[in-house]
Amino acid sequence: MRYLPLNENDRVAMLDVIGAKSIDYLFQDVPEKARLETLVDLPKHQSEQAIERHMAKLSAKSVSAGSVPFFCGAGAYKHHIPATVDHLIQRSEFLTAYTPYQPEISQGTLQALFEFQTQVALLTGMDVANASMYDGSTACAEAVVMAKRVTRKSRAILAPGLHPHYAAATQTLASTLDIQIDERDCRPGRDDHVIDHINDDTACVVVQSPNVFGEIIDLAPIAEKAHKHKALLIAVFTEPVALGAIKSPGEQGADIVVGEGQGLGVGLNFGGPHVGLFACTKKLVRQMPGRLCGETVDANGERGFVLTLSTREQHIRREKATSNICTNSGLCCLAFTIHMSLLGDAGLKRLAALNHEAACHLADVIDGIHGAEVMNESFFNEFTVKLNKPAADVVEALAKKGVLGGVPVSRLTEGNEDLLLVCATETSSEEDIHAFEKALTEVLS
Amino acid sequence: MNNEGRPTTPVAINSNERLTVSGSKGLDQAVNLIFEIGTPRRTGVDLPEPKGRASRLGGQERTGEIGLPGLSEPETMRHYVRLSQKNYAIDLGIYPLGSCTMKHNPRLNEKVARMPGFADVHPLQPTSTVQGALELMHQLSHWLMTLCNMPAVALTPKAGAHGELCGMMAIRARLDADGQSQRRRVLVPESAHGTNPATAVQCGFTVDEIPASGDGRVNLDALREKLKESDDVAGIMLTNPNTCGLFERDIVEIADLIHGAGGYFYCDGANFNALVGRVRPGDLGVDAMHINLHKTFSTPHGGGGPGSGPTVLSDALKDFAPLPFVVKDADGFRLVEHEGGEAEGSFGRMCAFHGQMGMYSRALTYMMSHGSDGLKQATEDAVLNANYIQSSLSDVMTVAFEGTCMHEALFDDRFLKDTGVDTLDFAKAMIDEGYHPMTMYFPLVVHGAMLIEPTESESKGELDRFILTMRSLAERAKAGEAESFKQAPVYAPMRRLDETKAARNPVLRWTPPVEE
Ligand SMILES: Cc1ncc(COP(=O)(O)O)c(C=O)c1O
Repeated sequence: MRYLPLNENDRVAMLDVIGAKSIDYLFQDVPEKARLETLVDLPKHQSEQAIERHMAKLSAKSVSAGSVPFFCGAGAYKHHIPATVDHLIQRSEFLTAYTPYQPEISQGTLQALFEFQTQVALLTGMDVANASMYDGSTACAEAVVMAKRVTRKSRAILAPGLHPHYAAATQTLASTLDIQIDERDCRPGRDDHVIDHINDDTACVVVQSPNVFGEIIDLAPIAEKAHKHKALLIAVFTEPVALGAIKSPGEQGADIVVGEGQGLGVGLNFGGPHVGLFACTKKLVRQMPGRLCGETVDANGERGFVLTLSTREQHIRREKATSNICTNSGLCCLAFTIHMSLLGDAGLKRLAALNHEAACHLADVIDGIHGAEVMNESFFNEFTVKLNKPAADVVEALAKKGVLGGVPVSRLTEGNEDLLLVCATETSSEEDIHAFEKALTEVLS
Repeated sequence: MNNEGRPTTPVAINSNERLTVSGSKGLDQAVNLIFEIGTPRRTGVDLPEPKGRASRLGGQERTGEIGLPGLSEPETMRHYVRLSQKNYAIDLGIYPLGSCTMKHNPRLNEKVARMPGFADVHPLQPTSTVQGALELMHQLSHWLMTLCNMPAVALTPKAGAHGELCGMMAIRARLDADGQSQRRRVLVPESAHGTNPATAVQCGFTVDEIPASGDGRVNLDALREKLKESDDVAGIMLTNPNTCGLFERDIVEIADLIHGAGGYFYCDGANFNALVGRVRPGDLGVDAMHINLHKTFSTPHGGGGPGSGPTVLSDALKDFAPLPFVVKDADGFRLVEHEGGEAEGSFGRMCAFHGQMGMYSRALTYMMSHGSDGLKQATEDAVLNANYIQSSLSDVMTVAFEGTCMHEALFDDRFLKDTGVDTLDFAKAMIDEGYHPMTMYFPLVVHGAMLIEPTESESKGELDRFILTMRSLAERAKAGEAESFKQAPVYAPMRRLDETKAARNPVLRWTPPVEE
């Protein structure tokens, strides 16, 4: 087996040093009835070439986003990732390092995390950000749990436009922690109504902008009302590129901001790994979940970085920890940071503008198709289309014509059968949009 | 993994080092923060000029500078390559972090993970267009269930701790379904990883610690005592091999006791690398166990993640598995994504989409490369390597518990008694010798713990060199060379870092320097 350096002579010599007659001696603590005498019923080892062939065949059974006109969003976005990003994250020193517990020989990872935290804080308009969560949805769930800790209240309001998967992940975690979540009606055009539900019992209001329907929400009045009742505003986003074009949640009064960072530097990956972003105000930092990297000095007085404030975390605090998270999304943070470093303010704003422009163009095109109507007053790079047929059927029919034409809302949550979520990015060419127009016109007629 | 050790405030030293004008020292290049290199106006990407159409942003335009520095492509490349060179890595040398299983990361896995049918597919494309991806998930499930002899696996958990959450949620759901909602106490050995008690609490359980016996295993009498005449026990969370690197000899009896008391057996599978192909958790009475694909099945650790924690479930728990899951039927593969119907008992969704596809493809590639024979051999070599280290160091260091170990060897700090050197100093001295230290101060049940896990990836030659170094360090410590240990490391990119200062006055982001 090509990955195993020991040979039979080594093994015999080593057993001899141990004083064991055979390898079985080292497994003597295993109860007899649980000792496997034969190989498990699985194929034997295979060459690199054989595996590559098997996997390439499997890969070919799916239609990749880059191979067709592609318009899916709803929480995962297709963007161009500069070649530099994938090269750098594959460097051995980043790829094959563990969590930076020995800071003297982990400054590469640690400094990148410090840069990441700063970029996320700037992007969201918040004071501080942590070193990532698993993804946007788990970050959202953890934020609600954190709001309970901070406010000592246990009622959470989830806006109707919160991504249904985020709401579900939050509901799952909340259900065991005595957090009551208000019923919500996942439909477009209703997020403003959350204001009417905020009262003194409210621990937090969770509002996504742009929301799952693509609508951009004015968070400021919601923040104001929440604060009046000593509740927190948790702002959510699923597309980081949007923050290059729209107001940051921080400037609108959010207390905690959580979101998905995949859109910068990380590929679609069929939904994972992605990278959860988590930011908050300075005053809440000791209640935050997850790892934090901080600046310090070494014995020579030189600037360096370490993991810090770990008394919040499970390995020190155990059952009193703010979360059970340990491994996070390390390498995806690095990809995010490198992509963001390449972009800078200027690049991000331009990228955002191109996304918005592509979506505006697509919206105009779709509005001109009989049987399709764009519902949004506002949007960034995705919007909701009302169709004259069930969206799930339309999407299947489009796929047969070689177009991946968006995500039916019914895929995410039951109901809303006639609604389709459509997304355009800088990768959507004029040709792609034209192909979509043609296919959709045929399918709807 | 907990090996952060104790916060340290470094002792000031008289460095005789010659300072350089540039701040670099040969190949060790000085590196600033991106905020000190780039400017918001510079960019390293070429994007076309937007045409400036009407905005449909609902009056929410972001105006003003965000403050994100941009770097040209060569600057970016150089910055991150320089940073990378300040990291230790498994590709550089042995990375013996106990409980972390830092093994070789084959590059074939990276290549496969980047195939377009896995990497460039959207999670919400019509399932008819992602049959290959679903088939891969199905195959992975088959391998995991077979290796564990368990009837079901939930793939979605995103790391070990998330898998723990999955298993404990399933247990809770089952208890509630059986009208056993008074069962809210979870037994956790004191040697457990911090994620175990943290998870139990995150599922709304209370934690009851079980003490260890003198041989580093669960104290059976204490366990019996805790279960006596109780009807509030939800289950036990037990790591096997445990965090002392020892197989829990009485595991079948422990499972029987828990089941007899009406509870369930959660097994923390972080140490599955010691069992694969030789022992199946399903044969031990386990009800749920997470598998860290980023440990046992070699998906790279990436400086802290991403991971993946598929969780195998017993017959008793499988109906409560989280959404979504893959089903194979006559027409191919499909996803069950909504509550009700086939997912009647499901405790719900743990995250958006379907879990860590990028890790599934790597882990399956790894498993298929090894095959049933290679996986068993890898397990045996991992256990052999750990015992070889333990035996070769047992006369100069103090082995925490008598007898052979599994895939990791646990030492305590008795051999450092009265030397003035502590576990942390010893670890830092290893850095000067070119090694990443072992896990330190974990598990908490032994004093000054040093947990060494070499994995199967090390050759005998590499182990011999490591052993020689460790022996000589132990001897130097005993010979009264404490001072040099306190100074260590001196050959790393940085001297010891002041963790106390970092925590007392947290600086968690860069801010522009204040002008005087
Ligand atoms: C024994 C044990 N349990 C659980 C975990 C948690 O796994 P993860 O970091 O993948 O969440 C770890 C690893 O860090 C571990 O060593």
